[in-house]
Amino acid sequence: MKKEEPKRRSARWHKQDTELTLLALPTTVWYILFCFLPMFGIIIAFKNFKISGGFLSNVFNSPWAGWKNFEFLFKSNDAWVTIRNTLGYNLVFILLGILIPVTLALMIGRLHNRRAGKVYQTMMFLPYFLSWVVVSAVIWAFLSFDKGIANQMLNQMGAESVNWYMEPKYWPYFLIFMNVWKGIGYGMVVYLATITGIDSTYYEAAVIDGASIWQQTKYITLPMMKLVIVMMFILAVGRIFYTDFGLFYQVPRDSNSLFNVTTTLDVLVYKQLKTATVGMASAAAFVQSVMGCITILFANWIVRRIDPESAMM
Amino acid sequence: MAAAKSETSSGLDRYNRISTGMNLLFHLIFILLALVCIVPIVVILSISFSSEDSIRETGYHLLPTMFSVEAYGFILKQGTVILRAFGVSVLVTVLGTVIGVLLTASMGYVLAQPNYKLKNFLTWVVFIPMVFNGGLVSSYYINANLLGLKDTVWALILPLAVSSFNVIICKTFFRTTIPDGIVESAEIDGASQLRIFFSIIMPISLPVLATIGLFLCFGYWNDWFQSMLYINDQDLYSLQALLNNLMSNVDALARNASTMGISYASLVATMPKETARMAVAILIVVPVAFAYPFFQRYFIAGLTVGSIKG
Repeated sequence: MKKEEPKRRSARWHKQDTELTLLALPTTVWYILFCFLPMFGIIIAFKNFKISGGFLSNVFNSPWAGWKNFEFLFKSNDAWVTIRNTLGYNLVFILLGILIPVTLALMIGRLHNRRAGKVYQTMMFLPYFLSWVVVSAVIWAFLSFDKGIANQMLNQMGAESVNWYMEPKYWPYFLIFMNVWKGIGYGMVVYLATITGIDSTYYEAAVIDGASIWQQTKYITLPMMKLVIVMMFILAVGRIFYTDFGLFYQVPRDSNSLFNVTTTLDVLVYKQLKTATVGMASAAAFVQSVMGCITILFANWIVRRIDPESAMM
Repeated sequence: MAAAKSETSSGLDRYNRISTGMNLLFHLIFILLALVCIVPIVVILSISFSSEDSIRETGYHLLPTMFSVEAYGFILKQGTVILRAFGVSVLVTVLGTVIGVLLTASMGYVLAQPNYKLKNFLTWVVFIPMVFNGGLVSSYYINANLLGLKDTVWALILPLAVSSFNVIICKTFFRTTIPDGIVESAEIDGASQLRIFFSIIMPISLPVLATIGLFLCFGYWNDWFQSMLYINDQDLYSLQALLNNLMSNVDALARNASTMGISYASLVATMPKETARMAVAILIVVPVAFAYPFFQRYFIAGLTVGSIKG
């Protein structure tokens, strides 16, 4: 939101204003129904909420519970495991989500055959366009206990079959791999756009001065990418309380044995909502919304100090 | 994107290359990665074109051990459940994209008008949801109970129609690329703002509308979460919801057996299950896999627009 342009018309309400309001009305109504009503609905975290009959009368009539729902939530071990998973996975995702795509973007720009590079890039963009339900079906084809490709390969090498969906120890690696796999095309697009935007005369000057490719990367490309990398990092940190529900729910197929390594805040809220433990679900959702809001505003505050143009406001 | 660079390449480029060995190594790494990324297509194709018996006996394979099209035969003959889900997916995608683009573009246009009196207010309306949201629980109860969207096709469409990010992309586009003169001269000619928006702005804004439309289109086609939340009625399952359901209960494909004059039990006993399930995945993936290479450019434009905003 920048400074207003100088006013050309009077401050009086115009016919145009009425028409523009009409034009904006459907979307405004959408925002009220699907964004702002839920914001007020968040008070059910402080209520002893039972769903029966009308929603509004329920919200108003159900008794206040104070911080009871939060006490229940944080007394259970689930809450801490969930928060640990949410923050832990996100930290790893953020680091790898920068390191790997940046490296690959640097590499793909150096291929002698540019057309091949384009083909690789298109192929690596595919996972981005697949839904987690489809991905989960494919993972099942690999990890199914009796029919899976992974166990067939193990058997061929003389090893015992593994019941993958019951063994928590493998899943942090699987989930991290799947996250990198799905985001790799997107990340490369963002970083390649920056690399191709760098003025080629920098490189020409460097070559004339005898700089090696590695030196060019280190002293030209990476410094020019620094701003974008820092931005992507901060924006990702701002969303550290949110996770990709599909990755953590669909890919492990909601297996209870994997609870400790696959439950994040989004999964916890969904599961409790579905089992009608509304009190705990709304308390967990409240924690996520409020902490999410704080981290996003904080991230945005930092972005504005680094590069005001990129800040949300 | 790589092509853009070669345009600016100079003769120096010949001296400024990685060594042939390095080049080979890089190619190898990328070939490996690219294969890992298209493995889903291979697996889904392979299983859907296998014979049901071979899967029952020897499991899934990267390449079919016994080729068969029985899964597709089943869809054509007895797959009313699948074809219905395909219809729901197409309906939701088309309707959702149209509604989403209209809602997004109209708000973007209004916010781009510098003299509009409620501009600041509406800017906040769009901005606040970007940093704060009510969370899943209250959204769920409001959509399901207050708005009565449960088990309607609108539950799949409306909650995903607008995103503040898209509105801002639109606003930036209108602000930066549409000359003020066009709007002003139309105003002088006495055209109403609605008229200006629909007959002047929309037609000349196709690039941005296409980008947003594509994001919405892929988003709706790939959505399963809304179905999981709001849809219990299996007649309203989209392909994604159907596949999701089949992963835990593959017999659901025989749900409509009675309408085809076959008993449920005999259809369950004879139909291909594993392969038909993957044929559903093919129906989902093939349109996407064929479409995205052509539209990649618009996606890239949309993904990299984040840095330019007004």
